[in-house]
Formats: sequence, C-alpha cells, structure tokens
Amino acid sequence: MKKEKLNLSDMSKPEKKPLVHLENEDLMALPAPLEDPAKDHKWTPLSKQVQEKYECFLDDTCVVSVPQPKSRAEEEELVKKFLSGLEKLFSKENNWTFLQPLLLTMEHCAKCQTCSEACHIFEASGQNELYRPTYRSEIVRRLYFKYVKGGGLISAWQHGDVKLNWPLVARLIELSYRCNLCRRCAQTCPIGADNGLVAHELRKLFSQEMGIAAKEIHDNGSMLQLKVGSSTGMNKEAVKDNIAFIDEDTSEKTGVEVKTPWDVEGADILLIHNAGEIMAWPENPGAFALVLNAAGVSWTLSSELAGYDSINYGVWYDDAQFARVALKHAEAARKLKVKKIVVGECGHAHKALTVIADRLLTGDLNIPRESSMTLLRDIVMGGQLKLDPSRNDFPVTLHDPCNLVRLMGVVEPQREIVRRLCPKFREMEPHGVDNYCCGGGSGFEIMSGNNFPDWRFHVSGRKKLEQVLKVFQDCLEPSIPKYICAPCSNCKGQFRDILAYYDLWNQNRIFYGGLVELIVNAMTDVKPGFIEWEWR
Amino acid sequence: MIMAILLYVVIYISALVFLIACTIRAVHYARLPLHLRWELYPVPHEEPERAKHGGSYFESTDWWKKPTPFNLLGELKSMLPEMLLQKGLWEFNRRMWFVSFPFHFGLYLIIGSTALLMATALLTLLAPQFASGGSGLILHYVYAVGWLAGAALAVGGALALLVRRLTDKELTTYTVPADIFNLLFFILTLGCLFSGYLLQRQGAPGALGLARGVLSFDTTLRFPPMLAMGLAMGALLTAYIPMTHMSHFIAKYFTYHAVRWDDRPSRRGSVLEKRVAEYLTYRPRWAAPHVGADGTKTWADIAMSNPARGVKK
Repeated sequence: MKKEKLNLSDMSKPEKKPLVHLENEDLMALPAPLEDPAKDHKWTPLSKQVQEKYECFLDDTCVVSVPQPKSRAEEEELVKKFLSGLEKLFSKENNWTFLQPLLLTMEHCAKCQTCSEACHIFEASGQNELYRPTYRSEIVRRLYFKYVKGGGLISAWQHGDVKLNWPLVARLIELSYRCNLCRRCAQTCPIGADNGLVAHELRKLFSQEMGIAAKEIHDNGSMLQLKVGSSTGMNKEAVKDNIAFIDEDTSEKTGVEVKTPWDVEGADILLIHNAGEIMAWPENPGAFALVLNAAGVSWTLSSELAGYDSINYGVWYDDAQFARVALKHAEAARKLKVKKIVVGECGHAHKALTVIADRLLTGDLNIPRESSMTLLRDIVMGGQLKLDPSRNDFPVTLHDPCNLVRLMGVVEPQREIVRRLCPKFREMEPHGVDNYCCGGGSGFEIMSGNNFPDWRFHVSGRKKLEQVLKVFQDCLEPSIPKYICAPCSNCKGQFRDILAYYDLWNQNRIFYGGLVELIVNAMTDVKPGFIEWEWR
Repeated sequence: MIMAILLYVVIYISALVFLIACTIRAVHYARLPLHLRWELYPVPHEEPERAKHGGSYFESTDWWKKPTPFNLLGELKSMLPEMLLQKGLWEFNRRMWFVSFPFHFGLYLIIGSTALLMATALLTLLAPQFASGGSGLILHYVYAVGWLAGAALAVGGALALLVRRLTDKELTTYTVPADIFNLLFFILTLGCLFSGYLLQRQGAPGALGLARGVLSFDTTLRFPPMLAMGLAMGALLTAYIPMTHMSHFIAKYFTYHAVRWDDRPSRRGSVLEKRVAEYLTYRPRWAAPHVGADGTKTWADIAMSNPARGVKK
C-alpha cells in the first residue's frame, strides 16, 4: 500500500494488493463536533476470507466482490469479454443510448482537472488520486484509443498507453463503483466531457457483457423487482397489506381518516412511491395519502408488477434492465388509463422515468410524467390545505437530490413549500443545481457488503456531512431538534445511516425526513406532532 | 520561386485538410444516434426566471400541455462569455484560466486578424485603389496590432501551459508526449511568425503583400526564410488540429447543445419519437444472459422481455 503518487500504470499491477489505503487523518477535515480525526471510527478491515476469495485489491473496500478467477485461462477469457464489451460500447446497435456523449467525452477531455475540485469523493478522500474523476476516465480513454480505434505507436504517443490485463479489469470493476454518478464534475467541465458518464458506461459494460454488477442493484434490485414487483421483495398482496396498515396508523396518528385508493381506472394521477418508503418510512406514503385526499386529488396506486415501486436501478448500471422497469411503470399507467404518472419522493426514480425514459417510451406508453414536488407545491401554495408554519418551528435545511435537481431541474417547488412552512429554514452552501450528493447516490446507499458502508460514511458521504454540520453550526445543542428535509428515499437512507454512524441524533438531535411529512406536520386539521422525533 | 510555390501548396492543402477534417468530425458527431436524455442544469435556454436558479420546465404543472421554452437570448448570454472568455474555467479552475485564457484569446485574435488581413488582401486585389486609401492603412494597423498582440498572448499562454503540464503534479500523470508536442508546435510556429515578421529586412513584402501573394498565387514573391518557415508550420498546424483533441471547438458544440442542454421532450408523434422508434429496431449483441440479446432480438424485444420471469410479455 502506498502513500506516494498513484500512476495510471498502477492499475495493471499484478500484485493482489490494494493500490491505496486511507487513514482518517488523510481525509478532508470536518467541522464540530467531528473535527478530531483521532476520535473518528476506525475502518473495518476487509476480512482475510474476502481478500482470498474475491478480487478486492483496489482500495480499502470491496463492493462488487468478483470471485477470483481460478486460472490464467479464465483471466484471459474475462479480459476478452471485457474487450468485446468495450467495442460494443462504441457501436450504435449496442449502445445508441449513450454513444454520442460517450464518444465526445473519450475524444475531447483536455485533462485540465477542472472536474476534480467539483468531485465530493475526491475532495473528501483528501484528494486521493484514485478517486480523481479523470483517473478512471483516462484508463478507459487509453483503452478506447488502443483497442477500439486501432491503437499503434502514434496513437500511444498521442493518447498514452496502458497495459490491459485482468488485474486492470478487476480494479476497473470496483472503480466504476466509486462514483456516485452525481455528475457535478460534468457540470464544471469547460469542454463538456462527462466523467460520471464514463463510470456509468463502465458499469454497463460489466453488467451487459460480463454479467457483473453489485448484487444489491442487480440480483436484489432490478431482477427482484421484475420478479415480484418490488426490490423490497413485496408482492402486490404484501404491499396492499402494508399500505392498509399505514392508512390505519396514519388515521390514528392524525385523527383524519386516511384511505389509499388502489387500481382506480381513469384516475387523474398514478402515484408511484419508492417502495422502500413503505418499508422504512411508512409516514411518507401515509402523509402523501392524507395530503392528496385532503386536497381532493383524483389519484391511485397500482398493484401491477413494478407499478407500486418507482425504483429503477437499471439507470445506474444496465440499459436493458432500465428499459424493462420503465416500461413496466408506463404499462401500469396505461392499464389504468390515468392522465399522468406522478413520482413520489425518490430522486433516481424521477430522473429515470421522467427524463431518461423520455426517449424510450413511445406511442401510447408515452404517458405524461411529473414530479410530486410540483403537485405538492400547487397544493400548498394554492391554499387547498389549512397550514400553520409555527408547527414547524425548528431549524430545517433542504437537501437537493442530484437526480431531481442537477439532472432534472426541479429546484424551486420544494423550496417554495419549505419557505412557506418552515420559519427557520436555512440553505446549505452550495445548494440547488450546485449541490453535493448525499454520498449514497448511484446505489451506494443500499450497498452494504463487506465494509463498504465504512467507505460510504468516511468518503462519499463526507462532503454532505460537512454541509449539514455547517448549516446547523449555530444550533448544535441537543435541546434544539433539527430537520434535514430530503425528498428522496435513497438520500434519506444515507442520512439515516451516516447520522447514526456519527451518533448525531443522540448527541446533537439532527434528524431527517421527507418533504410531505413537513406539510402534514403543519396541517391544522390534523393532530399536532406528525413528526415524532423518534429515531428509526 | 520554387519556395513560394511550395509554400502556397502547403498552405492551400493544409487549409483544405482542415476544412475537410473538421467537416468529417462534425458530421460524424451529428450523425450519431439521438441518445437518451442526459441534460445537466442549469439549461440557459429555459425561461429566464427558471434559468436563474437552474430550473426546468418540469417545475411547471402539466408541462406537456405548454410549449417547450427556448430562450435564445438566454442561451447566447451563457454561450458568448464561455466561448470568448472561458467563463467556466474562470469559475471553476481559476489557476488554469490564467494560463489557458491568454492562449485561447491570443488564438482568437490571430484568427480574427488573419481573417481581416485576407479580406483586406482580397479587397485590394479586386479594387487596388483601396490599398492606398486611409481605410486600408487603418485596417493594416488593426490586423497588425491584433496579430502581434494575439501572438504574444498565445505564445505566453502556451509557455505557461507547458510549464504547468511539466511541473504541476495534478497534470503530469495525465500528460502524454503529444500534449508537450502540441504546445511546442504552437510556440515554435508563432515564434517563427512573430520574429519572422518583426525581423524581416527592409523592402520585403509586408503582411498584406504576403496575403495578396497567397491569394493570387504570386510566385515572384520572395519570402524571408524565417517567415516562410513560420507560415509553413502554421499551415501544418492548422491541418493537424482537427486530428487531435484540440478540435474541441467542434466537440463543444455537441457537448453543450446535443447533450448538456438538450432538454427536448419526446412528444407523441414527434420526430424525436420516430427516431427512437427506429433505434428500438436495432439488434444488440450484449453477451450477459440476463440481457437476452442473441443478435435476432431488437431493443424493443429486449425491453419487453422479463428475464426474472423467463417469459416475454
């Protein structure tokens, strides 16, 4: 393990040793109360068993856990598959979906490193070279010019060279899962190159050609969703039971009768939640039902396969899986003949169904799709509910999910609500389209294999943690409850985990939750105290 | 005479190569399939009140019932500072801006001055009396000052970029021999032209005379050696640029207009939808079993299949 400068050629090193190792002292400093790196948690080391069984020699962690090939021949076969996939990435029949932006990125990076300072992972790691956005891209770029464009001496002189072997491929597999795909780097690139896209395309190559992906997003994610209807494992009977329980619970808690409509043909709106909300944060779908009913909205949930779970993990790693799930969502809406689909509080589902799937859904599957942020904004600002902001008289900040904000441009509706309902609202800096990822983006939040959460808390989530601590710096004392409003299921999961890891709920009363909960909490027609300030 | 002919041939061929190579590159990018939407906000052609905070038409209820906004002025207000002043670099990488901006702006001045010089030369060939007039003299000073200032800025910027490429640890890992060569190519070319112009002997043809010579293929002209070398190198450099990543002036059009700012919605029955329908007939060959691409199935077949249930819907 080295502290000296990492070179591109290190990726091909045959020694099965991690290329980098991070200590807490190496990382970006955090503000109070986490300013002392010596008091930070120690990282759990990878077990010997994992190191012997899987290809885990990139850094301190391992998320994909590719089994070690048993022979040189098997290694060579995997390299061949990689090359075959690489070629496919650059052909229109195989990759019309992203060919143009990928080619532009491959052929025109000026290597000025402007993107590096925009990357929260690079910055939080103490500017470790491995996590520089261009490090991964430059390897892929060199492989592209060498193997896809024909290579040769002049090409090596012009674009650089890199030795292709199994260790390089194995490390690239892991490295493609060290980027949150937040694309903050792309936003700053003077040329318009997109290093986030390179990570995305690499993941795609590994999944679509080699059948290699993080199991949380493939086996337990998109495959499970296509099999039973939801990546949570809930089939339609289970989800209906759970929603019935939530309705009952919400009714009791608020004093307002709540009934969630199912499969209402001809409803105006098909609402699709991230089903993780139903399991982990039931108050969110409960609050939605209460608000929509109170506002007199014609809406329904669907019990069709995947029609009740907006997640679409394919957007992070696999175009085929992405298209299949997007189609299922559209089919559920078509079957119910609704006027539009509204996506609940889930960032990646917003981008997947509303933006990216826009060029997949044709004909009668091209059903209008909209954000719940605008719907809720219209309800709140339209005066359809009786609201008392003094019920939300605690410090509130708003997290901007990258997929919803930078990648979709839904910035203000949620702010209008929070400004209207939360007298002690304060913005993190930077915010809006310049926000930082929560650190759980691109599936990291649900990836919990080996010691990956340690990396997620120390590195990918660090910048957001810094922002949260800074924004509440004037009220850190535990007597003041504080609320991070995160209108995204994955982001909430990341906040839940990182706040618990650093004990910030117990020590500083920093809490998190969704947007619609703040609305119900301010409704004068419901019993006070919808937000219960109980850790879960 | 032979030197003049050779020089003209090199200049003309290089200009032709430049135009053809740029066209090929641009056409290649333009003919690539429409990709899935991948925009990044802010998108400056959004309605001004939304563009201010980086918002999109998705902030509007029932957005599909309204015309898609396109604010050309907003786009120009974003594009021009980026194109002329490298606004993005100024905002996000100030250290690099201080070396990159002089280089690029110097090149703009050189290109602008050269275009002005060639236009003046053409004018004097068509209307010789123009050269002796006051406006001819003014133009002479404009392109001369523009060119010399541009060359000084570009050489200074290129030297500073070279030093950074060779010494800055952030850049060295990613620097390849061609990067050094490219910068040296600029420095030497502009250096030769700069010194060749300033050090030419009395009575030698001036910039206008040389430009007229190039346009009229005047083989009687005698080019000072240093200037001739500079012109030849300049011509070769011009032909070389589109073969390299330095053609990012072409790429940038696509990365901004076709990717970053491409927020066109696919409405039912639209041209976009028709193009997508065509792509859905492509037959991919991805090898992972769950994709189910055997070369006969189309993207549409694959999207409608369900590997978890083993049946095609």
